[in-house]
Amino acid sequence: MELQAVLMAAGGGSRMMDLTYNTPKPMLPVGNKPLMWYPLNLLERVGFEEVIVITTKEVQKMMSTDPKMKLEVKMKLDVVCIPEDTDMGTADALRHIQQKIKTDILVMSCDLITDAALHEVVDLFRAHNATLAMMMSKAHEFTETVPGQKGKKKTAEQRDFVGVDESGKRLLFMANEADLEEGLSIRKSIMRKHPRMHIKTGLVDAHLYCLKKSVVDFLAENKSISSIRGELVPYLVRKQFSKAANSQTTKDEADEQSQKQKDGNVNLDLHILSRDEPLLQLAQAYSCWNDHRGDMSDAYHGGTLRCYVHIMEQGLCYRVNTLAAYIEANRLIGSDSIIGAGGQIAEKTSIKRSTIGNSVTVKEKVKVTNSIVMHGVTIEEGCNIQGSVICSNAVVGRGADLKYCLVGNGQRIEPEAERTNEVIVGSDQLMEI
Amino acid sequence: MADSGVTDGAEKKEDITRVKNEGKELSKEEKQRLRKEKKSQKKNKEKKDEQDALASEREKNCAPSTLSQPAAHKEPAASPPVQAAVSEPPAPAAGAPPADKPAKSKAELKAERRARQEAERASKPGKKGDPGPQSTAGKPKAPPSELQPVVKRLPEHVQVDNPEVLKKLAKKLERQQIPLRSDYGYKVSLFSHLHQYSRKAPLTQQLSIPSTVIHPVIVRLGLQYSQGIVAGSNARSVALLHAFKQVIRDYVTPPNEELSRDMVNKLKPYISFLNQCRPLSASMGNAIKYIKKEISNIPSQCKEEEAKTKLQDCIDRYIREKIVLAASAISKYAIEKISDGDVILVYGCSSLVNHILCEASEKHRKFRVIVVDSRPRLEGREALRRLVKHGISCTYVLISALSYVLPEVSKVFLGAHALLANGYVMSRVGTSQIALVAKAFNVPVLVCCETYKFCERVQTDSFVSNELDDPDDLMVTRKGKTQLEGWQQVSQLGLLNLVYDVTPPDFVDLVITDLGMIPCTSVPVVLRVKNVDQ
Repeated sequence: MELQAVLMAAGGGSRMMDLTYNTPKPMLPVGNKPLMWYPLNLLERVGFEEVIVITTKEVQKMMSTDPKMKLEVKMKLDVVCIPEDTDMGTADALRHIQQKIKTDILVMSCDLITDAALHEVVDLFRAHNATLAMMMSKAHEFTETVPGQKGKKKTAEQRDFVGVDESGKRLLFMANEADLEEGLSIRKSIMRKHPRMHIKTGLVDAHLYCLKKSVVDFLAENKSISSIRGELVPYLVRKQFSKAANSQTTKDEADEQSQKQKDGNVNLDLHILSRDEPLLQLAQAYSCWNDHRGDMSDAYHGGTLRCYVHIMEQGLCYRVNTLAAYIEANRLIGSDSIIGAGGQIAEKTSIKRSTIGNSVTVKEKVKVTNSIVMHGVTIEEGCNIQGSVICSNAVVGRGADLKYCLVGNGQRIEPEAERTNEVIVGSDQLMEI
Repeated sequence: MADSGVTDGAEKKEDITRVKNEGKELSKEEKQRLRKEKKSQKKNKEKKDEQDALASEREKNCAPSTLSQPAAHKEPAASPPVQAAVSEPPAPAAGAPPADKPAKSKAELKAERRARQEAERASKPGKKGDPGPQSTAGKPKAPPSELQPVVKRLPEHVQVDNPEVLKKLAKKLERQQIPLRSDYGYKVSLFSHLHQYSRKAPLTQQLSIPSTVIHPVIVRLGLQYSQGIVAGSNARSVALLHAFKQVIRDYVTPPNEELSRDMVNKLKPYISFLNQCRPLSASMGNAIKYIKKEISNIPSQCKEEEAKTKLQDCIDRYIREKIVLAASAISKYAIEKISDGDVILVYGCSSLVNHILCEASEKHRKFRVIVVDSRPRLEGREALRRLVKHGISCTYVLISALSYVLPEVSKVFLGAHALLANGYVMSRVGTSQIALVAKAFNVPVLVCCETYKFCERVQTDSFVSNELDDPDDLMVTRKGKTQLEGWQQVSQLGLLNLVYDVTPPDFVDLVITDLGMIPCTSVPVVLRVKNVDQ
């Protein structure tokens, strides 16, 4: 088998607590399908037959009852539950399932909605025998007004600085703004090997990683790494150019301080594990190909650890981890409007560019524009809902006028209410921090 | 004796027809047998014609019923019944009652017809080889190619403009569950019989991502071939053999199957896949032939683990002997030819020539090198890097400057992709130019080639069989502008990116192989010796 797919569906959705305090993020409806249906659909379309899904018990229960998941997902889902109270990072989760992993893995996050051609990422991984191959996409500006946002200024998201080489495929540098307090410093060794580097900031990480099996084994040894995105990927990118990468004498470097020695051994392990077999090295020596030119070194500068990135220029790629992204994704999936099954829509209603969930009751003379209405909602007569998100089982009273609001789960909006740009949630949710 | 010759010949005839039907090549012995056959058939036919004439005369006078019976008995075409049938009628003929005259004529005709059919059947195999006059029309549907049994069929990769061949290829790939790679762009008319693929449309687009049909190592290898990461005859062969080692390691014999037969069947779709990614080179073809032979020679009582280790050892030995050791043998011979103060001209990046020059510099020969390079591959830069890294002083020119640097060159070393059976050298495009101009300047041209790259093909020009690379490689972007960007919209414009060309043996002074230094015309001898060895 070549690749095993791992879907991370245990995330809490910390950036959209208003939506996720009742419904876990993987099961949030987007276009009337649960959010995790989209990455699973992508994997199925590409040809995977089995996926390891790492999630919580709550989500597993919801998955087994959801009709879409049962009918439309034909792959074998191997669900691994992790306890909810522990704060497990994605890398910790990989360590948890280390026993199940027999080959290289493709790690995806449940909040990725994309139509990318996966073979481009996997081809980079295969052709260059890379340790890591990931996908990024040009970020889109979200134009829709987000309910509950005061004022125009968006909170400055921490930017990612991504450095790629001339060809745009080799990943040379990756850091988050939060880690760069004193400024962005680049090692001289990197500049010497790759004199032309392009640094990009407007990229969205799709959280789709192809990792070699040796990385998983390395994670099992090295328990200090807990997040793939935050720690493992920058570590691997840095390790490409570390001194141990080029030195062939491995055992001699154990004569250092104990702390360094431990790190040193661990570092060397990753390089030893990544080294190509002798016949492959012979083939590379005979081959007249080089990935760079202008200096005297061999292909890949003799390095055994390589990280590649595929940057999508066109196409859809959304990470649904903020409210704005959620609204945008819904807008895109439903080209005009989607109305779920089992509901009742009375006459003289107008529904434009909205997503209506299952079992929704809409009474007469209601105008719903640019909104997301989740399952089980009741909207009484004469309401006017614009640009809002109404979570499941809410009730909107007669004649209410909601503009750019977010109504939480099970909330009741009193009749003739007029709310603009508000987040209406229950008092128990307000207590959560 | 005509009789025994005919009966013997009949069995051999069966064999030969069987072999022909199976489409195998006729070996030398079979060809000799066929020649003998033809001679005896000719004699036979003459006799038969005589006897036929006699028989038809006698038939008119004798009882036809008795004739038809023995003729009926002799119908199975094992031995030509004509003589027997013909010799019998005189005996019963005399005793038969001449009573039924009208029935006689019908039966007479039947008997005549039967005798004629027998004659036909007996002379048919002889007729096939016999371009002489045919007494009765053979099967009208016999295609003209079957008249000459030694004509080999054209390989499919040079018949791309023939829709039937394409259909057959598509069917074969469908059976093996391998996606078909579609041709790209306008092909120059002289080369429209060859495939032309685009690098931006890899074959993996149509494969499922965790590839189950094709072993992942082979998918990786195919990708590396099509993207040019593994390029060069030796590199491709070594990578191929390494991949086969992995495949053999992961192979499990299915129940009720024999390893020697099933493994070859498993390798066939992989080879088709690699062929779709990039056409196989001659060295790869020879390596595959060797592996297939080794696999089929595994005795059936051999256990699976043992067989697998044996095969992997065979592969290791092949690489060691035919590639690595051959390279050191060749450099030993070649270094004799390099004297101090030489100016050596090399073209492109040949792993063997680079190896020779590096060894020579380690043996403290004083020489300098001129590296000639050509677009679009610009492989000479890599050769330049490797030579300079070894401390050899080099000059770098493009091929258009060839005639300007040749006056100062003392010898030319060229690598080869394959050596053809008529002594022609198949190598990177531009090599024949170098050889031609060097000949004009009276500079000796030495071709270095391992024996495993010798192939039985015969070619006298570079059109018949070649490889067309991605035409978009010819586009160059300078200062942000790409002049040829819209080349597909211009109707009369075609971009041609040839990969190989063929150098005639008159321009090559010496071929240095691991068997020694031979003239170009001795290549067929080496091939014959190799075949006898195997």
